[in-house]
This record gives sequence, C-alpha cells and structure tokens, in this order.
Amino acid sequence: MIDYPFLAFVAFSTIAILGSLMVIFKKNPVASAFALVAVFFAFAGLYALMSAHLVAALQILVYTGAIMVLFVFVIMLLNQDRPVEDFKSSSGTFKVISGVAVSFLVFLFVKVAFLARGIVPAGDWTVEKMEEQGGNVKSIANALFSDHILQFELTSFLLLGAIVATIAIAKRKGSSGRTAP
Amino acid sequence: MTMLEPWMMLVVSLVIFGVGLFGLLVRKNLLVMLMCVELMLNGVNLSFVAFSKIHNSLDGHLAVLFVMTVAAAESAVGLGLVIALFRTLKTVDSDQIQILRD
Repeated sequence: MIDYPFLAFVAFSTIAILGSLMVIFKKNPVASAFALVAVFFAFAGLYALMSAHLVAALQILVYTGAIMVLFVFVIMLLNQDRPVEDFKSSSGTFKVISGVAVSFLVFLFVKVAFLARGIVPAGDWTVEKMEEQGGNVKSIANALFSDHILQFELTSFLLLGAIVATIAIAKRKGSSGRTAP
Repeated sequence: MTMLEPWMMLVVSLVIFGVGLFGLLVRKNLLVMLMCVELMLNGVNLSFVAFSKIHNSLDGHLAVLFVMTVAAAESAVGLGLVIALFRTLKTVDSDQIQILRD
C-alpha cells in the first residue's frame, strides 16, 4: 500500500529545501531567481496537499506570476546576470556566527511550538465542513468579506501606498537624466 | 508507509525559514537578499496553513492572503529602492553602500 500524499510531500519538500539552498548558494542572481521559482511551485504543491486550494492557486499567481517576474525584470534592467562572489567575501567567522544564531532561533521556535501545544482551542473548520459550505474558496471568501473586511480594505491602502512609493523612489528626478547622490 | 501529518509541514517551513534567514545574513547582493526575504515569508506562510490545518481553523488561510499582499508590496518597494541605489552608486553590493557613513 503506497501512501501517495506522503510521497508527494517528500518530493515537494525535497524540491523546496534543495531549491532554497540553491537560492542562497548560487553565484548568479538569475540562477537564484529560477531556483526560487522552483521553490514557489513546490510550496503550491504543499498547500494543495493540505487542501488549501485557494492558497495554492494564489501562490502560483502572486509569487511565481507577479513577484518573480518583477525580480527577473529588475535583474535584466540592472544587468546583474553575471556571477557575483559576495558569498565568499563575507568572513568565515561571520558565517559560523550566523549559522549558530539561526540554529538557536530555530531551536527556540521548536521549543515554543512544544510549549504552546493545546493553548489554542481547536476550531470547527474541518475539510468536510468546508466541502459542505461550498468548498475552500467559498469558506475563505465568506470569512474574508464578513469578519475580516476591515483588514481587507486596509490592504488596498497598503497597495496604493506601495505603488505611489515605488514610483516616487524609482523615477528619475529632473530632465537631465543623472541624479546627484 | 508513514502517513502525511501536518507537523511535517512545520518542519519544512522551519527549514525554509532558517535557510532564508541564513542567506539574508551572509549574502551581500541586494537582489539575492530580497529573494531570501521572500523565502522567509513563504516559510511563515506554510506554517500558517499547517497550523490552521492542525487546529481546524480558517484564520491561517486569511493570514496567508494578507502576508502575500504585504510581500508583494514589500518586493515592489524593495526593488524600486534597489533600482534607485544602482542608479546613484552603480552597485547592488550592500558592503559598498555606505553613503551615510562619509
């Protein structure tokens, strides 16, 4: 008896972890960007395995569709498609310290997760109830547009602010072309 | 054959978050640093969905939607900053960006 969800989980998580390692160890920023695309696709698979279908679809649409295109576009715009040696340039001591600090932080997360078990009361949104309510998307839409409508509206302000800020930061000032530092 | 349990997703999300944080600390290229921030945000998203699966709740899914919005805004502003910095300093190496020092 083969447990296919488990096999899919092993495959997707392997792709995600190897891809994320490639993101930080590849010298070429374009290679990092494409490894990140693989990570995002693997994450979409993991979401689908947890029957979070809306999140899986949005992961592909927003992350691989919008954010990564933005990254690749900026890499092209800045001509950053040649290898950079910035990983080797940081000192070995700093790498060791960073590794130890990150491991300690991860250990703290595990500790907190074990200590906090059972604090949050279990809800009643099982997969079966979601199916009853008309599926994952409908349940989330109902919650989003009733209980969380204020946060939803606030994100529109956030996006508007981000658009204005990006244009203000990235546009060339003056007509002569070069800006003074 | 072992069954798929939600805590396995938590392990994956922890590993991805750790890798992203380590990359953010050791890399100097601003573009790769922004990619590492995206990795960390994705790790957190995965843990949101896993916890919401564990607790039979819907709040994790909603939190993921908001995190995605913030991530999109963050990467747009961050890449705009990178473009502006590259235009004035001709570099995306964070070690050479020290105009506030002199």
